[in-house]
Amino acid sequence: MKYLDEYRDGGAARKYAQEIAHVTTRPWNLMEVCGGQTHAIVKFGLDELLPKQVTLIHGPGCPVCVTPLELIDKALEIAARPEVIFCSFGDMLRVPGSSTDLLSVKARGGDVRIVYSPLDAVKLAVQQPSKEIVFFGVGFETTAPATAMAVYQAAKTGLKNFSLLVSHVLVPPAMEAILSSPQCQVQGFLAAGHVCTVMGYEEYLPIAAKDKVPIVVTGFEPVDILQGVLMCLEQLESGRAEVENQYTRAVRREGNQPAQQLIREVFRVIPRKWRGVGEIQQSGLGLSDAYAAFDAERRFGVAELRVDESSECLSGLVLQGQIKPHECPAFGTRCTPEHPLGATMVSSEGACAAYYRYRRPEVEHV
Amino acid sequence: MCLAIPGKITSISGQDPLLRMGKVDFGGILKEASLAYVPEANIGDYVIVHVGFAISRLDEAEANKVFEYLREMEDLSELEETGQKKARKNSKRI
Repeated sequence: MKYLDEYRDGGAARKYAQEIAHVTTRPWNLMEVCGGQTHAIVKFGLDELLPKQVTLIHGPGCPVCVTPLELIDKALEIAARPEVIFCSFGDMLRVPGSSTDLLSVKARGGDVRIVYSPLDAVKLAVQQPSKEIVFFGVGFETTAPATAMAVYQAAKTGLKNFSLLVSHVLVPPAMEAILSSPQCQVQGFLAAGHVCTVMGYEEYLPIAAKDKVPIVVTGFEPVDILQGVLMCLEQLESGRAEVENQYTRAVRREGNQPAQQLIREVFRVIPRKWRGVGEIQQSGLGLSDAYAAFDAERRFGVAELRVDESSECLSGLVLQGQIKPHECPAFGTRCTPEHPLGATMVSSEGACAAYYRYRRPEVEHV
Repeated sequence: MCLAIPGKITSISGQDPLLRMGKVDFGGILKEASLAYVPEANIGDYVIVHVGFAISRLDEAEANKVFEYLREMEDLSELEETGQKKARKNSKRI
């Protein structure tokens, strides 16, 4: 596949790895923000190609993983209602809520459907006027333009039976929260390439300047990630702290303007709770006043629930990069993809799921 | 969810820019995607698609730079090697 296979070329990857070894003179800790990047690193063994002094810390860029427990429980309550068809991206279905998950609700008769695109949910609403269609809008800035368009089109066509359970989160505030933590070891970032495809990378300039961290917008294939690491290390070795773009084939500095416009029209920035991390100011998207009627929380009057996480689940520490998945005592034993304790073991972008899938023989507790 | 993949636009339909849809070829698999956010994209262009939406048109020239950089590094290291060989030769003469 063009624009994919060439970035998985082993020869190119090894050349970048050699150059990385060539420029590295001291220990450095880099964080890759996006869960998709974590998966590529673990799957292709990219961390093993790096010199021992370079440590990759896995970031919180897994929107499924950071969706707060309360929101999952609200989703479960709505999905169980007989008049509702609850639509969601696939990997939300097995994320554990306080006592159950969407897949179990489906098994017990709830109409829960996996959709590829938010527009599929809008189509469903048009086809089934006697049902209430709710879409679970989970994702970073990459996904917000899609849910924005779904709501925008629903509003334009006067659709009365469509609503959105919003769970969008923003990356830059999460990076700042990580940097402000006293335990923070991160010295440079590989920024999430597809988030920046939408948003551009201007909002990272003040972060790089204030915290003196290089930030390199990076793609998702092995060659991309290795080039991103090289660019970041070159900055660190020469004492620079700038924003650079590795993923130039897809990312422009100003990002995608029509997408940003629609996000601004349909959403507004709100505080959001990140599962395992806590509330981060200005870190989420909620529906703007003009589109408030499409808010599923409002439409279904779901009560504010106070819920506690499983004390055994250490997702929060994994998401902040403070422990690696296999350092959790429950990893691979009481917590597996079939019986997850937390979202990081379920999601296609979760670090625990990546380690379980690609690293288990090496790290299994025997 | 940042999972997005590149595909080639094979056909386009819809007049209203916000409703423009395209059939996108992902290595043999054809899927429909909204082209609302890539008004500049045409048939034959490659786009990155996330949850049914094209979010960027791929720039071929930029795409090649990743490999040009590698070739430059190779040229540089060859020069270094040649320089080192010459230096060793010279030092032997002395």
